[in-house]
Amino acid sequence: MRKPRWLVSIALFGALALVAAACAEEEEPGAEEFSPGPLGAVTVEPGAPIKIAVFESLSGDTASLGEDQLRAVQVAVDDKGGELLGHPIEIVELDDGCAAEQGTTGAQRIVADPEIVGVIGTSCSGAAIPAMEILSEEGFTMISGSNTSPLLTSIAGEEATAHLPGYFRTAHNDEIQGAAAANFVFSELGLTKAATIHDGDPYTEGLATAFGKSFEELGGEVVLATSVGVDQKDMKPVLTEVAAAGAELVYFPIFQPAADFIAAQAKEVAGLDAAVLMGADGLLSDTYIELPQTEGMYFSGPASPTGSEYEEFVGKYEAQFGEKPIQAFHAHAYDAANVLFAAVEEVAVEEDDGTVHIDREQFRNAVAATSGFQGLTGTITCDEFGDCADPKITVVRNTEAEKTIDQVRANVLYTFEP
Amino acid sequence: MAETVGLKARRAGRLSGVDAFLWFVRVVVLVAVAWGSYKSISSGRLTAAQWRGLIVAGVSQGAVYGLVALGYTMVYGVLRFINFAHGEVFMAGSMIGFFVANGLSGTAMWASLPFVALLIALLAAMATSTSISLVLERVAYRPLRGLPRLVPFITAVGASFFLQYTFAGLFGADSKAYPPVEALKGGFTIVGFRFGKVQALVIVATIVMMIGLYLFVERTKAGRAIRAVSEDQEMASLMGINVDRSIALVFAVGGAMAGAGGLLYGLTFGQVDFLSGFLVGIKAFTASVLGGIGNLAGAMVGGLVLGLIESLGPSLVLFGLGVPSAHQLQDVVAFLALVMILIFRPTGILGERLAEERA
Repeated sequence: MRKPRWLVSIALFGALALVAAACAEEEEPGAEEFSPGPLGAVTVEPGAPIKIAVFESLSGDTASLGEDQLRAVQVAVDDKGGELLGHPIEIVELDDGCAAEQGTTGAQRIVADPEIVGVIGTSCSGAAIPAMEILSEEGFTMISGSNTSPLLTSIAGEEATAHLPGYFRTAHNDEIQGAAAANFVFSELGLTKAATIHDGDPYTEGLATAFGKSFEELGGEVVLATSVGVDQKDMKPVLTEVAAAGAELVYFPIFQPAADFIAAQAKEVAGLDAAVLMGADGLLSDTYIELPQTEGMYFSGPASPTGSEYEEFVGKYEAQFGEKPIQAFHAHAYDAANVLFAAVEEVAVEEDDGTVHIDREQFRNAVAATSGFQGLTGTITCDEFGDCADPKITVVRNTEAEKTIDQVRANVLYTFEP
Repeated sequence: MAETVGLKARRAGRLSGVDAFLWFVRVVVLVAVAWGSYKSISSGRLTAAQWRGLIVAGVSQGAVYGLVALGYTMVYGVLRFINFAHGEVFMAGSMIGFFVANGLSGTAMWASLPFVALLIALLAAMATSTSISLVLERVAYRPLRGLPRLVPFITAVGASFFLQYTFAGLFGADSKAYPPVEALKGGFTIVGFRFGKVQALVIVATIVMMIGLYLFVERTKAGRAIRAVSEDQEMASLMGINVDRSIALVFAVGGAMAGAGGLLYGLTFGQVDFLSGFLVGIKAFTASVLGGIGNLAGAMVGGLVLGLIESLGPSLVLFGLGVPSAHQLQDVVAFLALVMILIFRPTGILGERLAEERA
């Protein structure tokens, strides 16, 4: 006889709630239309700024990757006249340090500020994975212009392990970059035996694995898939293994300085002096291509955008910062910012006095529904796992003729569009 | 009589659990090493020439560890504490060696007399490291002499950070690439062992410096004074030996060796940055413990053993055991060797003398 008692109380409570809801609706018709969804909402008071977090790598070896994107977001803000729905746009800068630890601390700082509407970032996949664990749960939405690890979205059309709702990117999924590099090596260079080296970071591991998978699907053989430590200097043992496995090509999509040592010591290991060396977008920087040992190396990476709109963007960038874009992902970050602005404009509920409400769930859904958005990098359409890019991958080569990174990027040997 | 027998039996009974466990670990490690090596060699994955190449690489790397380890072991020998700023003394030598080499690389001498130019860089690196080591001793350690050993140890950690960030502030945090030396490109083969010219230079330079150090410590008056101070400071001072001077000399010699190691390391890997000293310092410390801390020959032996373990370990043992990405575990292998030595032979490979005299 006890059971019905709590059932009754629940039923009673439910009925009361319904009555209350019905009454509330009747009492204030139209006055307070906005009610926040399950993920909460941001309310921007009249005159207050709309805050956007820009969460990029701003220090250390990969600072140029983040700085480039931060500048691109600033150009995007200026293109909007610095305003969104009559409110000034405020950029909150955060450093992801290209590391998991700073991904966590940065995300904690973002969720501690409930006025932040959305996040542009991070620069590195390794920082994005722990950051999203915090941001996703708190209802935030993040759009990255340079995360490329397949782990963050999807692998072979299936949801990847680190994919979380609220994550989007305008950069390519490295499955595509891996496929591009594998196609180039197999079809254009005609090589059939490759070795891959990563350093344990999600970006490097994802790309090396994607390359290996595509390469084997094409009919090539990955004779050795191995890894090195981030701080490792003595590469002779690992390169000796690579040589012993009979690799004709070494694909090492890692970072400096480990990549410096691989390129330098490969020439000293018997059996590897003739092997082809290939890196990826993480190494496409002035400091790397200037090294004498990187002459002759191939690199896969995102294609430089073309077209008058892009030229215009570069003009504004150069006018404001005194140099041409310094890395490969500025256009992606610019597009990410514009996707974010468009979604804010779409879901914002404006009141007569200028107060703006942005529901976090609706905002997230609006970003996810982005389709046919014309950006600098192409037509941006988000899939169910947050991949929004219109990917174009090129393979470039650093030869004797190329002295700067711009010249290397312009020496395109192969273009891949899925 | 009966009582002592009973005591022994009781002690044996009490320790047997720990002993059994240690024996178990010993057997597991030995079996793993033997099995991994057998699998690696029998698979014929690497040719004999490639194995020899790894040995040469290990010896050349180990020589640099040995040079730096000398500084740890000598300071420990006289003062009984670990000078943790020694890695930064090494980095300073490497850094200044870079600036001198870089300055000389544009001159005609770099092309026509490369070894004279390298000798100048070597002397500059050694002089810098010696001075820094001396200043460290005078400013950071001498005022603390006689205090508990933990006090200079903590100061050493502080000095290490101070030096790292002073260099970062003075010369920037970016890594600096040594200029290429044409004369050191390529290599040659001696009895089947293929040496890169840089590797050969590192090994030869290390041998020369070791002989010099041996003669200095064993044959000169100052060397005898150092040995006396390391035996018994008080007694040495009663015999009219200037203890302060001898200790300063130990720091100077250790610094010079680290500076030379710094330049050789720079030539091997072609790069240096302000944090380069950290890992090398830890490895060299490991080498000095491996060889038996306080023992000069031990430092060199420890360095060579550590270099060989690092170079051969992943390919020989881990790869043979089927560990994926074995080479990422290079440092793990090195430090595992340290743990094994500390468990099974705490005095190190050549540590008997220390054990007899001071244990």
